[in-house]
Parts: sequence; structure tokens; C-alpha cells
Amino acid sequence: MFGHGDTPREPYLHYCNWFDGEDTKRLKRKARDAEHAFRRTGITFNVYGREEANERLIPFDIVPHILSAREWQSLSEGIEQRVRALNAFLHDIYHRQEIVRAGRVPRHMISENEAYLSKMIGVEPPGSIYTHIVGTDIVRTGENEFYVLEDNARTPSGVSYMLENRETMFEMFPELFIKNKVRPVSTYPKRLRRSLEACAPPACNGRPVIAVLTPGIHNSAYFEHSFLADEMGAELVEGHDLRVVDGRVAMRTTQGYTPVDVLYRRVDDDFLDPLNFRPDSMLGVPGILDVYRAGGITIANAPGTGIADDKAIYSYMPDIVEFYTGEKAKLPNVPTWRCSEPDSLAYVLDNLADLVVKEVHGSGGYGMLVGPAASKREIADFRKKLQAKPDGYIAQPTLSLSTVPIFTAKGLAPRHVDLRPFVLVSPKGVDITPGGLTRVALKKGSLVVNSSQGGGTKDTWVLES
Amino acid sequence: MMLGKTAGGLFWMCRYLERSANNARLIEAGSRMMMTRTTEENAEWGSVLETANVRQIYDERHDAVDRQSVIDFLLRDRSNPSSVMSVVEAARSNARMVRVALTREVWEAVNDTWMKLKDALARPVRETELPNVLELIRQQSAQVRGALHGTMLRNDIFNFCRIGTFLERSDNVARILDVKYYVLLPSVSMVGTSIDNYQWEAILRSAAAERSFAWLNKDSGPRTIAEFLILDRRLPRSIAFCYLNIARNLGYLEAEYDEARPCMEICAETLNRLTSTDIETIFQGGLHEFIQSIIQANNSLGLQIEKDYRFYA
Repeated sequence: MFGHGDTPREPYLHYCNWFDGEDTKRLKRKARDAEHAFRRTGITFNVYGREEANERLIPFDIVPHILSAREWQSLSEGIEQRVRALNAFLHDIYHRQEIVRAGRVPRHMISENEAYLSKMIGVEPPGSIYTHIVGTDIVRTGENEFYVLEDNARTPSGVSYMLENRETMFEMFPELFIKNKVRPVSTYPKRLRRSLEACAPPACNGRPVIAVLTPGIHNSAYFEHSFLADEMGAELVEGHDLRVVDGRVAMRTTQGYTPVDVLYRRVDDDFLDPLNFRPDSMLGVPGILDVYRAGGITIANAPGTGIADDKAIYSYMPDIVEFYTGEKAKLPNVPTWRCSEPDSLAYVLDNLADLVVKEVHGSGGYGMLVGPAASKREIADFRKKLQAKPDGYIAQPTLSLSTVPIFTAKGLAPRHVDLRPFVLVSPKGVDITPGGLTRVALKKGSLVVNSSQGGGTKDTWVLES
Repeated sequence: MMLGKTAGGLFWMCRYLERSANNARLIEAGSRMMMTRTTEENAEWGSVLETANVRQIYDERHDAVDRQSVIDFLLRDRSNPSSVMSVVEAARSNARMVRVALTREVWEAVNDTWMKLKDALARPVRETELPNVLELIRQQSAQVRGALHGTMLRNDIFNFCRIGTFLERSDNVARILDVKYYVLLPSVSMVGTSIDNYQWEAILRSAAAERSFAWLNKDSGPRTIAEFLILDRRLPRSIAFCYLNIARNLGYLEAEYDEARPCMEICAETLNRLTSTDIETIFQGGLHEFIQSIIQANNSLGLQIEKDYRFYA
């Protein structure tokens, strides 16, 4: 938050003036109120692997993460470019594979990738859109230095927190929104609905029927699934509510089966269709992929999209952006070593203590090594895992991330954050809601922001001017 | 348009919520019996278990019927699927499942109920705390009901909620009468003796009907009590009142969906039995048999609704 010396950076000026005039006791009480409000509304997430008390709150920090209009402008331009490239890349690798022919991405990176679905080869998704919803993770290292950490292109979550965090701030500190002109985020559900409607399949008649497919109430993101369905005015369905009827995917209603046009699925590819993918899946719809291939339904995001946010593919993103847009990437990648390459592996093994090593297919902060924070023992254990299966990992330097303030018992304190803006893609264009989910590592010095690993969230403000 | 699963979730959410308040009332009536009379206390708690329809699972887990164990079993025991804690948890799970069909107020009321009761029932409830806890259960149930009535659209969503509520309530009242019918039978009733008066009072109290009964200024006797609880259309917990409301809500559904369903026939048949008879005829035909047939009718009506409106795949 602070630039050189003790002056707060410009977007934070109004906020800091206000904060200095506030009574710490009042703020502490407000922070407690916020937690109560979250519990009452039921905004909880489930932590995998914990039997007891498996519904927990993500801690909420009352200090907003503030971006100026100018910062947002350049960020969103970079994100839009990247998302367009991702979509073009997906279309290409499921069709002519020009990028492979051009030698920019090795063939085996595609064909041997677990997330590459051969059943999607030659399939034309409605509107040619693969990545309807993307959550691009951004970190910052300096005044105008942003990096893309991850492109979450399969089923990015967290947008409900973006919305509820803002509501909570409205409720707690209405006075702040008079002094600071903050761009609204509450239009997201409507924009999502519009964007999904614009991707209706050829079989759709009239206004598209939209449904959100959830694995069920025990899923960690269930709250978000129901929240989005609710806000969009869509049905919230589970696999057993759906079946294929007369070449359409239809949901069981009190009046019989009704076709669904657009399915916003929050179920992974593997579980989507027991006839075409994992036969033991109870979460999917038998035959849905066949309906999809025949143009009977839109699946958002498209099956097989996961390959685009694979961490090994990530390392090729600068090439991918250039190949499809003809421009240099506006947002840089974090330098990435592919452990599948012998030279890189050797470097990574030599420098484990300074690097962050991630599983190529992992997500959610599980199974990663944060070198600088790890014990010798942990590093040694990880080394064995890495040597046993090097192509399962990539490594990145620990960036010297800039910090934003959080509210602690002792006043403001700096912590590391990342930012996930939410991007909607339809034939009508790319739509980025100004704001996003800011995740914060609440532990001093920590770089891990995942909610499953002790991270929290804050409201994200994009200022009007 | 509504998902069959959602209809089922709403129906069960409301059944469970109704059951939690009914449980509290049974405990209240039981405690009251204990305070007003001295003999055969444990027999009374036995009949409370029977009314709650959990006698069998209680006996599998306990050697004896005593006040404390019964109250704990009815309030907190998660191995009892009908305990207040179990049903409140089930109601909330259903509410989460049908979250998109509920207003924010209703969801928050259900969630708040679950949070408060989880707290209040975290440990065995002490004697001195029991009245407060029972009151809390009643209040929470009123809060949810208030939110439902005050904020929900009057459409199929609301209809399924009402149907669940009244079917559960009808079942609850029928079970109270089923367990206690012998007190109301002429052959055993010794009119005017204190034992029967206590029993009668307990029956009325279990159905939250003791005050309204007093207002009507009728002679307190087995027939008038049975008549009141089974046939009086003014009493919101009488079986006739429940069926009038089930029939009305099923009717709304038929109108909204523009399609007749078999469950309506089953409902109309029972409603007809309740509205075209009087208490003399019921006693002549046998009170117990009548109540038993109502319990059966409740059961088959529930199953038919579930089928007609496709609650399950």
C-alpha cells in the first residue's frame, strides 16, 4: 500500500485518511460483525479431509485491496488478450493444431496431456467458445509490474466471495463508498447469464434455459454454486436431476422432463459423463457428451478446456499469446522451469530451497513446495517425489511480491495477496468485471493464499478515476 | 417450472421443521405430567417415545426408560433420526439443497435455527435450562414460519412447503391420539377422576391446543377432546384442518400445472372422511381403528405426492 517513504500510494489516499480517523475498537467490533454476517448467510466452504466442523468460514479482512482506474485498464487489457489467446489455442489444438505444426508447442505436451480429451477433437462448441468463464490469477511485484500466476480456465471458483465481500463492506462501512467512487461488481450474475445465453446451442428454442450443475451440497464450493444459480435465476441441478431425453439433456421437474440449453457445470471433465469418461461417476449425466457433439447443449466451460490451465502449458503462454494474437503478451508470465526437461530439472533440484514447485495438474495449494518456507526435511522429501516423477512438476522463483495492508489486533500490517478477476467470454466479446477475488496470506511472511491453507479474502476496489 | 428434487427438498425441509417443534411440545407435555402427578412417571415417558415414533430405536440403545435419557434422546441424540438436532440438521441440509427456491430471509431463518440449536444442544441440557431450550425451539420454528409467510411468493414453492408442514402435523396429532386413545375410550374413562384430567390435559398440550380448548368452554371429556383434535376446522392443528390445507395446496398445484394428479384423490378421500362424519360415528366405528386409518392415509398420501411430483429419479 505504501510507495516510497510513508505516503500511501495514490489509490489508497482517501481510505487511509478515513482509517486514521477511526477508532480501532470500533473496527475490531466491525470485523467480528462481518464474521457473524457470513455465518448467518451461510457463506462457508468445506475443507477436504476434515470430518469435524467441515463447514468453515474463509476469514474476511476489512481493509479493501484498491486499484486505480489506470492500473485496472492496463490489467484488463492484458487479461483480455490472454483469454482470447487461450480460446484460440483450445480451438486450434482440437482442430488443425497449427501451433504444433509451427513448432511452438511440442506435440507430446498436447497429445500426452491428461487434460486433453480426444473425444473433443473436431467438435465445434456453440459460438466457438471453450472458456466461457475464466479466473486469471494475478500477482504484483511493483508499481506497474503484474504477473499472471495461473489461468484458471476449467471451473474457476470464488466469484461469490467477490460479490458477498462487497455486500459486507456496503453493510459495514457505507460511508467509505461516498468518498471513494468504486466500480460496482454486483452486475456479475446478470452479465454471466447474458454471456451464457449468447452461447446457446443450435437446438435451443426461444429464451435459453440455463442450469448450474453442482456435485452437491458436500462440495467445497456448493455455496457458490447455489449462489450463482440463485442470482442468475437458473436452476441448480445435480447429475441425478438430468438425463438424456430425445437427444436433449433434460431436467426432471415436477411437470416432467424439460430440456436444458446451457449447462454451467461445476463438475470436472472426468465426472461429466460416465458413458464417455469415468464410468464410476455418480455426478454426471450419461450421454451428455454425445448430445453436446450433436449441438443439443452448451457446456460451459467446454469439456477439455482444462489443458489450457495446465501448469506445463502455462509455461508456453507467452508463445501462445504471440502465436494467436500476433502481439507480445501484455502481461508477463512468471518464469517457469519445466521439470520434464533435464536441464531445468537439474537447476530446480539444485535450487529447491529458493523455488516454489507445483504439481502440473494440482490445484488449490495442495502438493506444492514453497522452498523458502520449507524445512530441510520437507525439501528432502519433496526432492524424492520430484525425482520420481519430474514431468509432474514445474518450478517458479519466489517473486518478491508487493504487499497490501490487513487489519490485525495491532493495527495495519502488510501481507501478500493475489487477485483473481473474473472474465466472461461469449461470441459478443470478452467481459471483465472490475474487481475480483483478492486472496490474502494471513500469516506473516506467508505466500500461500489458498483458503484451504489458512488464507483469507478481502474486497477488491477498482476506482472510477 | 421447478425441479422435482427441489419440490422434495422443500417438502422435507418443512416436515422436519414441524417435527422439531412437535418434539419440543411432547417433551413439554411430558414434563408437565411429571410435575402434576407422581406415579408411573416412566410409563409417561414411554408413551412420549411412542408418540414420537422412536420407541424401537430407543430400546435398542437404552436399558430403561427414564426422564433424562428420554429427553436427551429426543433433543440431542443424532442416532435418533427424529431428534430435534437430527431434524434441524436435516431441515438445513434440505434448505441448502433448495437454496435457490428460498428467499434470503427464509434461508437465514433456517440457518440461524441450526446455529442456535447446535449451540444450545451441544451438551446435555440441564434441568434448569430445559424450559429455555424448549422455548428456543418453539421460537425458532415461529421465526422460520414467519419468514416463509412474510417473504415467499405464493406459488408451487410455497405449496410444497405447506403440504409438508400439514402432512407432518397431521401425522403428529394422529400419533398423539393413537398412543393415548385408550384414555379417551368410554370403557376406561372414569369421568372426573384426576388421572384422566391430567392425561387429557397432556393430550391437548402436546397439540398446543390447551388454551383454545379452554376458550371454547366445552365440557372437558374424551369425546369433546377427540372431536376438537380430529374434526374442529378452527383448530390449526386438528387433523381436519391439516387435510383442508393439504387439499387446498394440492389444488393450487393442480391449477398452476394444469394437470390432475392421483395424490389429490387420496387426499380428497381422507378429507371427505373427516368432513362428512361426526365424533359419535367415529367412536361407534372405533376410535383406534379410525386413527390408525388416518396414519395409514397420511403415509400413502406422502408416497403418492413424492411420486406424482417426481421428488426422486
